[in-house]
Amino acid sequence: MLEQQLVNALSLGSVYALFALGFTLIFGVLGVVNLSHGAVFMVGAYAALQVINHFGFPLWAGLLFAFLVCGLLGLAIDFLVLKPLRARGAPHLIPMIATIGVGIAINSAMQGIFGAENLRFPAGTVSEESLTLGGLHLTALELGIVLLSFVLMGALMLSLKRTQLGRAMRAIAESPKAAYLLGINVEGLFYLTSFAAAGLGGLAGVLIGLYSNALFPLMGQPMLHKGIAVIILGGLGDVRGAMLGGLFLGLAEVLSIAYIGSDMRDAVAFGFLFLVLLLRPKGLFGSLQERKV
Amino acid sequence: MTGSAGQAGFPPQSLEMSPMNLSLFKTSLLAVAATLACSAQAADLKIGVAEALSGGAAQYGAAIRNGFQLAAEQINAAGGVNGNKIQLVIEDEQGKKEEAINVFKKLVFQDKVLMIFGPTLSNSAQAANPIAQASKTVVFGTSNTADGITSIGDYVFRNSVTEADVLPETLKMAIKKGNIKKVAVLYGNDDVFTKSGYDNFKKALADLNLPVTTTETFAKGDVDFKAQLTKIKAGNPDAIVLSALIAEGGPIMVQARQLGLNIPFIGGNGMNSVKVFDLAKDKSDGLYVGSPWSIENQTETNRKFVVAYTAKYKMAPDQFAAQAYDGLHIATQALKTVKLSGNLAADRTALRDALPAVKWTGATGAFQFRRASDKAGKPAGYDAQQAAIVSVTQAGRFVIQK
Repeated sequence: MLEQQLVNALSLGSVYALFALGFTLIFGVLGVVNLSHGAVFMVGAYAALQVINHFGFPLWAGLLFAFLVCGLLGLAIDFLVLKPLRARGAPHLIPMIATIGVGIAINSAMQGIFGAENLRFPAGTVSEESLTLGGLHLTALELGIVLLSFVLMGALMLSLKRTQLGRAMRAIAESPKAAYLLGINVEGLFYLTSFAAAGLGGLAGVLIGLYSNALFPLMGQPMLHKGIAVIILGGLGDVRGAMLGGLFLGLAEVLSIAYIGSDMRDAVAFGFLFLVLLLRPKGLFGSLQERKV
Repeated sequence: MTGSAGQAGFPPQSLEMSPMNLSLFKTSLLAVAATLACSAQAADLKIGVAEALSGGAAQYGAAIRNGFQLAAEQINAAGGVNGNKIQLVIEDEQGKKEEAINVFKKLVFQDKVLMIFGPTLSNSAQAANPIAQASKTVVFGTSNTADGITSIGDYVFRNSVTEADVLPETLKMAIKKGNIKKVAVLYGNDDVFTKSGYDNFKKALADLNLPVTTTETFAKGDVDFKAQLTKIKAGNPDAIVLSALIAEGGPIMVQARQLGLNIPFIGGNGMNSVKVFDLAKDKSDGLYVGSPWSIENQTETNRKFVVAYTAKYKMAPDQFAAQAYDGLHIATQALKTVKLSGNLAADRTALRDALPAVKWTGATGAFQFRRASDKAGKPAGYDAQQAAIVSVTQAGRFVIQK
């Protein structure tokens, strides 16, 4: 049983990590806790569902479409909401509150358009049968989510570390003003980050929608709450942290169900989280505090 | 310039009302008043509908609204109630207590409805029904299944069969058909509806002396249930008792099968929806559910309801639509026996007095009211008295078990 629970923990942790990657990226560069990320995540799932259902797109094309739709949505949110607030120098809490409103508006709009009932991807979009390896059950999709979340983390880390673009992003994260004075196109990079982060949110929406088999307009909200915990645990804005935070939360949840009782799941998982933050207030990989000093 | 004003025909004196104009004005006012009085006499019967049309419970609220609208359309097309048309005043209570209270106040005091249907969730009913009770207006729930709703007072009615009545029937049938000796229990512990379903299952399991291998929980919006299911599998039960809404229940069935857990599920009220076939597809077999209504029930009334609903809304009805549809018919039966006086308070009370005697065979089968009692044991509102139909899912259909 333990082996199966560890497999379960790995796949659940990767689900959380996948959601948290885009979420933490936008904080890392823009310094905004974007609470509309859950709604964007849901839009991604619905966008792919539409093209797969109505136009018979294969899954990869659905994923690409979701990435683009959500990327554009993220761009629109940045342009219409975050940019005017930046221009007025609004303090950190203001854009966060504004994104709550954006999330509610998107959730309600989707509910108005597609209705509140639960939908799912057509059977056979991805194989639902389990692979049985030495008595362990794992679906192809779970395997895909685990691999993809690691690959995306690696790709994001590499591009932030090694490319010119990534250096510019890190410079902005350090200080937008200084980056601007150095001749970096700050606004352009903000747009790019919003696009990429929202696109990643959309990808997560499709994959997790496939995984859970239930799409509904409020599907992003519980994920958003877990996502906040994950990125705080990992260290706000840190890509490695989002991955490890996700895996940590997944493991804590699964093991507390297995050995303590599912009633205590959230108490145990969030208790752990609290302990970690007591020992390391900036999270596992956080550099936020040092930057402020 | 001065000339042009005259030519345009706007002499200033025409703005003052001449005696003749004044009397004309009075007459027309009278005419308007008379028309208004007339329309009030051949009155529309205003019936309030307060359901969750947005928010998390909207998928239930929307089906309920559809059921009411279909029933009202049919009743009005057939001549209405003693010649009066039914007019539904539909409000969105968003599945929230505070909103339900607001909407109830609006319907009772501003729209002056004869009675109110709703609200969607038992939670909201607990909060809002006292308002209807205090203003002596009938409140009629078609989807509230939690305990204690009808103990609020004698103006509180419901035709939704409580899970306390249905779940023991479901369990007995599943045990008989599936040769079940021990079960695992899985339920959503952060939702009043699924928690109350669990409480009723627990009591029924104790009454039947059926051993429980383990009791596991999950929360709304969870996407992964494999940890709980892996633990359940280790206990080797013959069936899983599941109190869940369909958004979690569908994925739970899929993930159980993916883990090689191929035992029957025994579901509560939330699982009784054709949605389970959409969500769990080929992994939806072996789910027992009990309910007063089944889409497969081939009575004449039910068949007509299913056909009309599907034609109007382009989707299959669920239990909630059926109960709403029957609810309006039940109220109509009572309204037929009431002689409306035009005095709102008197009419509301007359309707309340006429309701308990109604017997009706609708989409959900033979129905009558059963007096409920309040916490002190005194008679209060009215619950539903109706037999449950137990079905099991097989290849994308509910198959009625006998």
